[in-house]
Amino acid sequence: MISQKNPVKIARYGMTIDIDRCNGCGACMVACAVENNIPPAHAGASDRKGITWIRVFKVDNGAEYPAKRSVFIPVLCQQCDHDTPCVHVCPQQAVDLDPATGVVGQMPERCLGCRYCMAACPYHARYFNWWDPEWPAGMEKTLNPDVAPRMRGVVEKCNFCHGRWHAARESAAAAGKPNTEPVTYTPACVEACPTGAIQFGDLKDPASAPAQAAQKPEAFRLLEKLGTEPKIYYRSKREWVRGIASAPKAGARKEPARG
Amino acid sequence: MDKEFIARGVRRCSTPKFLLWILPWIGLAAFGLYAAGLCLVKGLNQTNMDNRFAFGLWIFLDLAVIALGAGAFFTGFLLYILKLDALKQVINSAVVIGLVCYSGAMCVLAVDVGQPLRAWFTFWYPNVHSMLTEVTFCISCYLTVLLVEYVPILLRNRKLRQVPSFLVFEFELHKLIYVLAGVGTFLSFFHQGSLGGLYGVLRGRPFAFREGLAVWPSTFFLFILSAAAVGPSFVLLTTWLVEKITRKRLVEARVLELLGRISGLLLAVYVLAKSLDTLVWINRTSPETGFPAAQYYAWKPFGTWILLAEIVLFGLVPALILLTPRLRARRAWLVPAAAMACAGVALNRFVMTIQTLAVPTLSFDRYLSYTPSWQEVGTFLAVAAYGVLVYSFSFRYLQIFPAERELRFEAEQAEELPVAAGRN
Repeated sequence: MISQKNPVKIARYGMTIDIDRCNGCGACMVACAVENNIPPAHAGASDRKGITWIRVFKVDNGAEYPAKRSVFIPVLCQQCDHDTPCVHVCPQQAVDLDPATGVVGQMPERCLGCRYCMAACPYHARYFNWWDPEWPAGMEKTLNPDVAPRMRGVVEKCNFCHGRWHAARESAAAAGKPNTEPVTYTPACVEACPTGAIQFGDLKDPASAPAQAAQKPEAFRLLEKLGTEPKIYYRSKREWVRGIASAPKAGARKEPARG
Repeated sequence: MDKEFIARGVRRCSTPKFLLWILPWIGLAAFGLYAAGLCLVKGLNQTNMDNRFAFGLWIFLDLAVIALGAGAFFTGFLLYILKLDALKQVINSAVVIGLVCYSGAMCVLAVDVGQPLRAWFTFWYPNVHSMLTEVTFCISCYLTVLLVEYVPILLRNRKLRQVPSFLVFEFELHKLIYVLAGVGTFLSFFHQGSLGGLYGVLRGRPFAFREGLAVWPSTFFLFILSAAAVGPSFVLLTTWLVEKITRKRLVEARVLELLGRISGLLLAVYVLAKSLDTLVWINRTSPETGFPAAQYYAWKPFGTWILLAEIVLFGLVPALILLTPRLRARRAWLVPAAAMACAGVALNRFVMTIQTLAVPTLSFDRYLSYTPSWQEVGTFLAVAAYGVLVYSFSFRYLQIFPAERELRFEAEQAEELPVAAGRN
């Protein structure tokens, strides 16, 4: 058991997403939904009421053909490491930043559904269960037994596949590995990405792929000036793509979100 | 039919007329309850809120209503702590307004949360860093204080006074009124501030984020100040409205003027503080987070006009009117100025709730709009109807304007004197 009074930063799980490699196929979104028991969208759900822990935005450079260029940007919970906006606003401690892993967790069983965390999140990466979760007949057999489905009226979000982390932790414990050592595992979106655009690992480990990629000059984080230290790094060799990490300019975006 | 429940020395309309008055409000309340019921049974999918517009009409109106209901604590503070005895004429009405506003807001909040049965979790697992925890604790406690403050008003009902133990209880309770006023003031200051803090702490929403003092952002203090400023204005406004509807003089003119003066003074201080805060936000806080403030107002329809309307049209202008004795003495200026002050604070709550959520934070995201569903509107109409009903019953059966009897006596004497003089 890790002491909560003197938390040890065992790992800082993070991700790098290579925008230049992402082709917007959406496999990450599907894999995430399957892994985390996200139900199919309700018939009445709109683009803004659906649940998808990872959302792929289509973004262009604002130029006209033939200079027009587009990229796809997968946006998920950015796992803010400092002054985490959603953690300190939750009135009943249903959101926490795990000191051992750096993962921002959500406890649906304790969530009141006040949605204050959603208002606080600058990345709009939190989703509310507007409907009861329902699966078509027979599909419930495909549910992942390691992840509890969430009920209506609570908030949920990406937790870096907590079920997989837990399984890895148990395997490590069975193998006699102390719990003060980080475990290696792969979230579903990373596994599903056909172009290998998403890399996942411990940012504290300088040898890990995301830690190395994060150090490259083409790496950037979304809204870095907010000072929340997100642990999702994006990469692109194109300058205009790196420019989208900063604040919006009025009227610049008309493209609807995809996914 | 119900004459024995009506206080001696005051005149109230006939029972059928009263029933005719309350009937549409009961209808509205029933419609609203149906709308709220749909939200509770079928879920919040009945609303037009979504993952981006996590807050909507309900939170905006809750904040506005709670600010307007601040008259209860502030009038109590002025009367019992600062000894402004003239306000005795409106204190009961202020308590009823406060009770209606706070209890109504609590009811709407119960519908607004996804899991209302878990409301107690906030008390069991409180996150002491959350402004919402502070709001929940203070509003719950203050609502209890308001209920306790309402009890003596209720027990002064002509029929209830016939029960000796009620009389004793009311007498004993009244001894506590100074303590209650003090506790109410403390709790109210805190939760009005925490409501402002709700937005001010949102680091991820640079439109709302503000720097401040210790753990409190500037919006904490601005919300206290603005609520204290409009509380008396709303008491003034409702008193005037009740006088118009019932065609009775309920308070002396000087009391309304005093309320206006207090409101004007605080509003002027608020406008000054709000202007300074806006300047700091435009020039330092917002740019430091990477968001030039000008871009917030480039998204239509929320141009700079909304900022000017909030500070100048509904802030400075009513403050100046209320601070000018000559204008304040005339109802034609006093009442619209009080209404403008109330509208200004409502606009502020609208901006903090709706504009904050509408403005995108990601450069590739869209500017979004939101229109409440009929279920959302209906639910709030139920609260409005509930407020009118509680106030109507209180006005009819309780003495919420203690000076009414004397004023009526004076008016009758004034009417009789010329007649008597004519006879002589």
